[in-house]
Amino acid sequence: MTGLLGEIAANTRSFLARLGALTRFLGQVLWQVPVTLLRPRLVVEQVYNTGALSLVIIMTCGLFVGMVLGLQGHDLLERFGSEEALGTGAALSLLKELGPVVTALLFAGRAGTALASELGLMRATDQLSAMEVMAVDPMRRVVVPRFLGGAIAMPLLTAIFIAVALFGVQLVGVQFLGIDQGSFWSQMRGAVELADVHEGLIKGVTFGIACSLIAVFEGYNAEPTAEGVGRATTRTVVISAVVTLVLDYILTALML
Amino acid sequence: MRQSRAIDVSTGLFVLLGMTAIVFLVTQITNREFSWRDDSYRLSARFENIGGLKAGAPVSMSGVTVGRVESIGYDMDVFKAVVTLRIDARYDQIPNDSDASIFTAGLLGGQYVGITPGNSEDVYRDGDTVEFVQDAIVLEKLISKYLFSQAGKDKATEAPGTQE
Repeated sequence: MTGLLGEIAANTRSFLARLGALTRFLGQVLWQVPVTLLRPRLVVEQVYNTGALSLVIIMTCGLFVGMVLGLQGHDLLERFGSEEALGTGAALSLLKELGPVVTALLFAGRAGTALASELGLMRATDQLSAMEVMAVDPMRRVVVPRFLGGAIAMPLLTAIFIAVALFGVQLVGVQFLGIDQGSFWSQMRGAVELADVHEGLIKGVTFGIACSLIAVFEGYNAEPTAEGVGRATTRTVVISAVVTLVLDYILTALML
Repeated sequence: MRQSRAIDVSTGLFVLLGMTAIVFLVTQITNREFSWRDDSYRLSARFENIGGLKAGAPVSMSGVTVGRVESIGYDMDVFKAVVTLRIDARYDQIPNDSDASIFTAGLLGGQYVGITPGNSEDVYRDGDTVEFVQDAIVLEKLISKYLFSQAGKDKATEAPGTQE
């Protein structure tokens, strides 16, 4: 019994320690952001790495999420005889929930793992220590540009995902299943407010910051072994997914 | 150098694509209409009850959208809702005794302001107030009115609420 209690206490303690370290790390990263912006070249490279390279997977998944939404939405709304509301339903669910969340999960899988394993490998092969020896701050040179690149790319990816998914909904709903094109778009325009678009973009920005931070934190603090790098990558995906969904609930509750 | 140039181009394309997507979302699927020149005029109307009318709702004449509801406020002097209508400058020949009513589009649709033209020689100008208004029809009021009138009719035989 005491063994169990002791284990719980130890786990809680290590969780709190990790949370504290993450918070301190966030402070360090944010502190370095203005300095890093003086060298935009590094950030541009990372926007390319995290954003442009994720584009194909984001667009493919967006198209299929939209097409499934078109099929399912049509099937559901047909039972109430209001298929024309498909545009409204799909646009709102994509903007407010599906778009940011699915993009963040894909982003964690595609870009987050790349960031974490790259940084972890740098740690394992002593590249980070070598930089310190050369009086180059690895935070400023390596970590912060990657964080910023991810944080900038994620809202753009979200917007692209939603736009492509809407095309998918339109493709299935209007072209395949024969919903009237005019009422599809006009109902959507009538019901979607600018605040809904804001909600999606705010979520995109928040998830981008959270997922990038977790990826660089896990990579930077990875154990300098092959196993440690693997573990850091796994943790990045798991923690990013959980944090995304928890943050999603909090943001939704705040913005409804 | 060659390598980094290629990265620049792809990054630029990616950012451009993202921005285009944001602009598409803001302009194409919302009810917000962006015009570079604001060539419209404003009318205000005071309603007892505006129901579920929201800013951005259409203002229509004979079913044609001629403007939008710009803002909704409350006038503490007369205790009425003040609705500001932004009418497109193309429709500048609306007689100044036209009336504004709040209608509901379809059974579950949103509410909009309908303008019925009057017979006056003069037309509305920027800043005018619409004098003749008709409030939104609140479904609950209608139902309760109907129920109570029914109940009044056959109070003798049945209690209200058990009607079929």
